[in-house]
Amino acid sequence: MMMSDSKKSVVFHLGFLALLFLLQFILPAYHHGNLARIMVLATYAMGYNILFGYTGLLSLGHAMFFAAGMYGMGLTMTHLGWTAGPGMLAGLLAGGLVSAGIGFLALRTSGVSFMIVTLMFAQAGFLTILYFGEWTRGDEGFVIRQADRVFAGIDLSHPTYRYLAALLLFGICLMLTIRLMQSRFGHVLIAIRENEERTQMLGYDVHFHKWMAVIASGTMAAVAGAAYALLFGYAGATFASVQYSIFPLLWVLLGGAGTALGPFIGTLFMFYLIDLSSSLTTAYMLIAGVALVLLTLFLPQGLVGEWRRKMMPWLT
Amino acid sequence: MAQKDDAMADMTTPHINTKGLSRNFGGLIAVNAVDFEVPKGEIRAIIGPNGAGKSTFVGMLCGRIAPSSGEIMFAGQNITAMPAHRRIRQGMAYTFQITSIFARLTLKENVRLATSWRWNGDESAIEEATHAALEQVGLADRMHQIAGDLSYGHQRLLEIAMGISQHPELLILDEPTQGLADSEIASFVKLIRDLGGDMTILLIEHNMNVVMDTADKITVLNLGTELATGTPQDIRANKAVQTAYLGETHA
Repeated sequence: MMMSDSKKSVVFHLGFLALLFLLQFILPAYHHGNLARIMVLATYAMGYNILFGYTGLLSLGHAMFFAAGMYGMGLTMTHLGWTAGPGMLAGLLAGGLVSAGIGFLALRTSGVSFMIVTLMFAQAGFLTILYFGEWTRGDEGFVIRQADRVFAGIDLSHPTYRYLAALLLFGICLMLTIRLMQSRFGHVLIAIRENEERTQMLGYDVHFHKWMAVIASGTMAAVAGAAYALLFGYAGATFASVQYSIFPLLWVLLGGAGTALGPFIGTLFMFYLIDLSSSLTTAYMLIAGVALVLLTLFLPQGLVGEWRRKMMPWLT
Repeated sequence: MAQKDDAMADMTTPHINTKGLSRNFGGLIAVNAVDFEVPKGEIRAIIGPNGAGKSTFVGMLCGRIAPSSGEIMFAGQNITAMPAHRRIRQGMAYTFQITSIFARLTLKENVRLATSWRWNGDESAIEEATHAALEQVGLADRMHQIAGDLSYGHQRLLEIAMGISQHPELLILDEPTQGLADSEIASFVKLIRDLGGDMTILLIEHNMNVVMDTADKITVLNLGTELATGTPQDIRANKAVQTAYLGETHA
């Protein structure tokens, strides 16, 4: 029975990826471009979800992981002349190292202290990027030349390839998340979220599992950051700022914490909420704000969370 | 479960013992220099008035609470500094005084979490141990229910199922019958008797009928020190114990 539930979930998500693949043929150029961006940002949110949604640790500093990937890639490409492939790898490694280091230190705290410590580390990371403005060009940021945004001969600045690359990244990370959460390791993360003390007293090294969750979460966020810079050609300090730490929290809450698809649905929803309301009024943040309040009041488990509760209890 | 070598070395080695085990909370001495030993396979009840230090004492045995001083030996190995999760993997199991389960998961998922490392991913062994443990406490027909929906008494039984599903060598039960109905207490007593012999059991218990019906020996704690240890008959007749429980006037 458990096997068939997890298979159902895998099939469902593969079907969803197929839908995203087909959408590129019918979407108008504007929405086509938006969706590529949303898929990359949703990958960031999926990384955040591993730690927040599945493990129950609320970080307010994930922008530092996103930025670690972005600058790990951007700086090696710009200053060391690396190509896109090694650049992406540098972004991934930067994310892994930063999250291992920060996780090691921040996990000495828990609860509210963990939130504050991650917020402070991220702020320190943001200021570090500004401080080394000579290389990072600070707030202004830097453009990654179109000529460099080529992987295996494919021009990633071209909308079609950019969409496919974003879909590939999103699809891999989505299926990895599902694989992870269906594994024994993932079950222990959920157990930690549900009852940390009991989990330890069943014989699990809670601290180690949390650390691994921070690393998995931070590395996925970093890969999304690197991909964002590569696909959209720009790296800047804004992406390390506090609002980029808050965004994934909002996206995940809206879409459904602890659901594999929640981060995507939340990112999509918020992106278009702001897009549509800003075409109506300059006070678009007011509309967005009210919508968010209503959603949290009436759908506390997020869109996918409620949907799972009502219709698909087997969803990962 | 690879610590057998030391354990086998000497059959007279106690399964678990402590030397001068103490714990202070600020100025309060909760447990004061307790020397304690239990041979393998014995069912030992730990009793004492409220605030006697029982929970603190077993909390130190299983690693939830760090001792202020003293030593703990388990199966011939000094485990004083060993973290709790490793003690569990060495063959201890612990049930909480205040029910602590995974309320939003099913009963089956609760027990599977307890057993899955124990059989190292062997799916059929995990399934079997999960079923057997739920069967033993009489909850097998509810295994797909959400644990938080169970009555309090059933949640306590689930917690015991999680403990025994690990097939521990030492099972520590902190007030397991609290909140159970009389019929559930009767089957609990039978379960403990069945398990005794295979595993060493430490039982903190307030219900004297349960203690007298299950324990091979009883240790009485009072004000953080060991007041007496003996068979149920010895303890029943012990003047100091009567005084501790009933007050000076009784003597």
